Amino acid sequence: MNDMTPTREQREANLEGMGCKRKRVEDIRFTQGKGNYVDDLKLPGMLHGDFVRSPHAHARVKSINSDEALKVPGVLAVITAETLKTVNLAWMPTLAGDVQMVLADGKVLFQNQEVAFVVATDRYAADDGINKVQVEYEPLPVVIDPFKAMDADAPVLREDLAGKTTGAHGPRKHHNHVFEWTVGDKDLTDAAFRKAEVTVKEMISYHRTHPSPLETCQCVCSFDKIKGELTIWGTFQAPHVIRTVVALIAKIPEHKIHVISPDIGGGFGNKVGAYPGYICAAVASIVTGKPVKWVEDRIENLTATSFARDYHMTTEIASTKEGKVNGLRVHVLADHGAFDACADPSKWPAGFFNIVTGSYDFPVAHLSVDGIYTNKAPGGVAYRCSFRVTEAAYCIERGMDILAQKLGMDPAELRLKNFIKPEQFPYHSALGWEYDSGDYATAMRKMMESVDYAGLRKEQAAQRAAFNRGETREIMGIGVSFFTEIVGAGPSKNCDILGIAMFDSCEIRMHPTGAGIARVGSKSQGQGHETTWAQIIATEIGIPASDIMVEEGNTDTAPYGLGTYGSRSTPVAGAAIAMAARKIKAKAQMIAAYKLEVHEGDLEWDIDGFRVKGLPEKSMSMKDICWAAYNSVPPGMEPGLEAVSYYDPPNMTYPFGAYICVMNIDVDTGVYKVRRFYALDDCGTRINPMIIEGQVHGGLTEAFAIAMGQEIRYDDTGNVVTGSFMDFFMPTAVETPHWETDFTVTPSPHHPIGAKGVGESPNVGGVPAFSNAVNDAFSFLGSTHIQMPHDYWRNWRAAKNLGVFA
Amino acid sequence: MIPGPFSYHRPATLADAVKLLSTLGDEARPLAGGHSLVPMMKLRLATPEHLVDLHGIDGLKGIRRDGNRIVIGAMTTQHELLASDEIAKSLPMLHETVLLIADPQVRYRGTIGGNVANGDPGNDMPALMLTLGASYRLEGTAGARDVAASEFYQGAYFTALEPGEILTSISIPAPAAGHGYAYEKLKRKVGDYATAAAAVVLTMSGGKVAGCAIGLTNLHETPLLAAEAARCVIGTSLDEATLKKAAAAAEAIMSPAADARGPVEYRKHVGGIMVTRALTRAAGRAS
Repeated sequence: MNDMTPTREQREANLEGMGCKRKRVEDIRFTQGKGNYVDDLKLPGMLHGDFVRSPHAHARVKSINSDEALKVPGVLAVITAETLKTVNLAWMPTLAGDVQMVLADGKVLFQNQEVAFVVATDRYAADDGINKVQVEYEPLPVVIDPFKAMDADAPVLREDLAGKTTGAHGPRKHHNHVFEWTVGDKDLTDAAFRKAEVTVKEMISYHRTHPSPLETCQCVCSFDKIKGELTIWGTFQAPHVIRTVVALIAKIPEHKIHVISPDIGGGFGNKVGAYPGYICAAVASIVTGKPVKWVEDRIENLTATSFARDYHMTTEIASTKEGKVNGLRVHVLADHGAFDACADPSKWPAGFFNIVTGSYDFPVAHLSVDGIYTNKAPGGVAYRCSFRVTEAAYCIERGMDILAQKLGMDPAELRLKNFIKPEQFPYHSALGWEYDSGDYATAMRKMMESVDYAGLRKEQAAQRAAFNRGETREIMGIGVSFFTEIVGAGPSKNCDILGIAMFDSCEIRMHPTGAGIARVGSKSQGQGHETTWAQIIATEIGIPASDIMVEEGNTDTAPYGLGTYGSRSTPVAGAAIAMAARKIKAKAQMIAAYKLEVHEGDLEWDIDGFRVKGLPEKSMSMKDICWAAYNSVPPGMEPGLEAVSYYDPPNMTYPFGAYICVMNIDVDTGVYKVRRFYALDDCGTRINPMIIEGQVHGGLTEAFAIAMGQEIRYDDTGNVVTGSFMDFFMPTAVETPHWETDFTVTPSPHHPIGAKGVGESPNVGGVPAFSNAVNDAFSFLGSTHIQMPHDYWRNWRAAKNLGVFA
Repeated sequence: MIPGPFSYHRPATLADAVKLLSTLGDEARPLAGGHSLVPMMKLRLATPEHLVDLHGIDGLKGIRRDGNRIVIGAMTTQHELLASDEIAKSLPMLHETVLLIADPQVRYRGTIGGNVANGDPGNDMPALMLTLGASYRLEGTAGARDVAASEFYQGAYFTALEPGEILTSISIPAPAAGHGYAYEKLKRKVGDYATAAAAVVLTMSGGKVAGCAIGLTNLHETPLLAAEAARCVIGTSLDEATLKKAAAAAEAIMSPAADARGPVEYRKHVGGIMVTRALTRAAGRAS
């Protein structure tokens, strides 16, 4: 070995494979303003569309007069429901099995609902046009409070469903009822509660909020009349699904539809569904023969496209006096707004909310969810969440704290007592899931030691004593959260979207010189796929990550995939990538054996190539094998080195984590200060620790926002009062606390590389940690549960209600 | 979020600007930093047909000492206020408060004249001007006149400005040497309007308050001078009972709107707390 021969460590490092804190390759263009987003697209002759929207939450549309609008210079067309009816597109199907108005058909059901679409030669003319469209409304009584939606005399919202006693998910009990979904054994659960030594019950609300990505929803549609082809550039988290939906509803053959998601500025679930803007832009392009751009503004994004949460969860836990839980009963009132436009897998009307037993060994549980209609925007998207997992985690993590308080136990101790034990995995939960792997107690104890949990509780006791003596006006809260997620939707046996199984895919092509391209069915919106997917391939086939180009988002070139949301990219697409790489490696091994004149079985893998067992000097690098694949393959073998893999996961993955938040609250003003936030995540095998940390920082910042003030709120008449960033709490770097991150590694036993997914964990686990901290702070004053969001004035109100100012 | 059509004018002299505004009438609006007007135009809540940009006029910028007063040109940006040694030395409360305005990008563009002239109850500067006893120079076709800040604000977005008049400068008497000052602002995040804020300027003598002025932001449709609250701290050492009395006197004149920052009761309550905190901090700084 001479000095020029790289060491094994150097060869390993050169790959920048799994475990490497590789810098994000996409950031080179993002940080220089060289990204390519939908709104950067300018096509010759491109037109612009904009919506006339309803000022009313519920009203009959008596008439729409476009005459004046059409006189505005530059305005070419005003599309209404009547126009759309001619192509049978006034209504569109939702992913949840409901239908939704594309444009107001006879009535409007929420404020800012799309009423007419004005098409003009530029963005200014379009806006001038919408101000000239005259719409006559007759206001109707509204349903805003979800708890009154199913009153006998509640106004009828969905007249289109009149007489329909069955919806997409079974019987409807009331004219404003969407579905009832039940899971678990009711009789056994009721029995457990009858026998219980201790029970707690609390209505825990997870308020309506919004993903609010930096880039709003937008598209450019271009219909080529000669070829009969429709090209759509859009902010789509799932471009292939959009292509299929368009084929199904627009009756254009699927091969003549080209969907392209360019760079996307954040999605967080906001960009999974189909919105009226897409349909209207496509119809406008077909009608005018010109490309049509539609770009949402911030107010439209916050008020019309896809809220999240709005779950009202009546939670009951049964336990022994010693704190061993023996039953969980949850009823959810789910406010879906005017149309059920949740983006859940089709068979799951409440997503995976049945993960609500959390990290605990509940022998029995029962869950029922009632979905209802109100005069609010449709949606119910998974905001950085795997389909209602955030709501479930909040429900059980608040519930466990409430139980601990009733038992007089420490909340961490209660959790340790009830964790599913490592030897119980794979664990079958009372509500039907098979948890793949976990070591909860180890993670919990590591967290407790890292923050000196016992010391914090001592400090809190001293602080409370000082408060009671009148020496301070600050109270201290310690919020513990231990969450288990269910991500990676999902196995074809239980997950599909509109009948398409939720697999994912990868195609790898290795070029003669040892570089290659990987096309994947997922679609990054900032997650860093171009970086991490190449790292998986680098480790699997021994080609440096920097020599692998990753491409996503073009339905003409990428294999069919179900897209990126629900932390499914690494569990599903990541597995497809590893499996495709292994096909490449298997063929490479045959080529290497042929070239080295040995039997395949005589070869062993060695970092970046194959070597002959026992003869390490006789080897062939993967780079050389790529060359050979194009000129000297074994007789009978096809040349080239390519592979495609479609991966149908055998199970979900179950990431988990232990979070803790330490917070002080000034009772006089309600102002809080997050003193410390520690997040330990176990996402199985870690592909890029730097990207994981970045994901955790981002998700925790969202969790902080949601728990401490971010909400979509309506007044009694259905006006949205949080329709801009002046009122919708979007923290800046100044308000955002410092984050401490940590980890344990419990690989998934069924995933090819053992990875579980991490993007959503911090949002899921963070919200209960913040809320538990606030609730823990107030608990010694006699409070059991304070609803989110915990902004300053509500904290003050809590203090006032607890008699602090008496 | 797309403004309607408008004509843009950029006069080179104050006389031209005044002439344009008076000829074009109600449909014209002067444009300074644009932080309030332009967003309102994008929402089409404001639809002026003409914008008269004041950036081309020499002499509307600058900070100078005029005897015992500090005179600030209306088009002086918040960034320029922060960079001024004169402001830091003579009007430290102004320096401190300007730092609370949004972020550097906003302060590069935002002007003190636009801030005080707009009559937005959420802006921080107007209450400060009341507290400091400032006066505004208004210039129109009829010539120039000076109006005390305390006489200027008539309602939300309603001021003493007559049609065609432009606020051209602000004149502030230099506070006494050794004065104490504080601006206490409760807000939800950077760039937010105050949930409640209080400005205090006071002088101490022998451990007791000798003179005091208190201003309030965003607790009424106009900025307020809490005169009664200021009166009740004179001659005291700001003991707890006095602070409570001052807070109560200030709360008595507050009438904030309920909004996402909180209900009326909360905003008044924290308004009182801002007053006591500002008094305490100001006293600690006085010599």
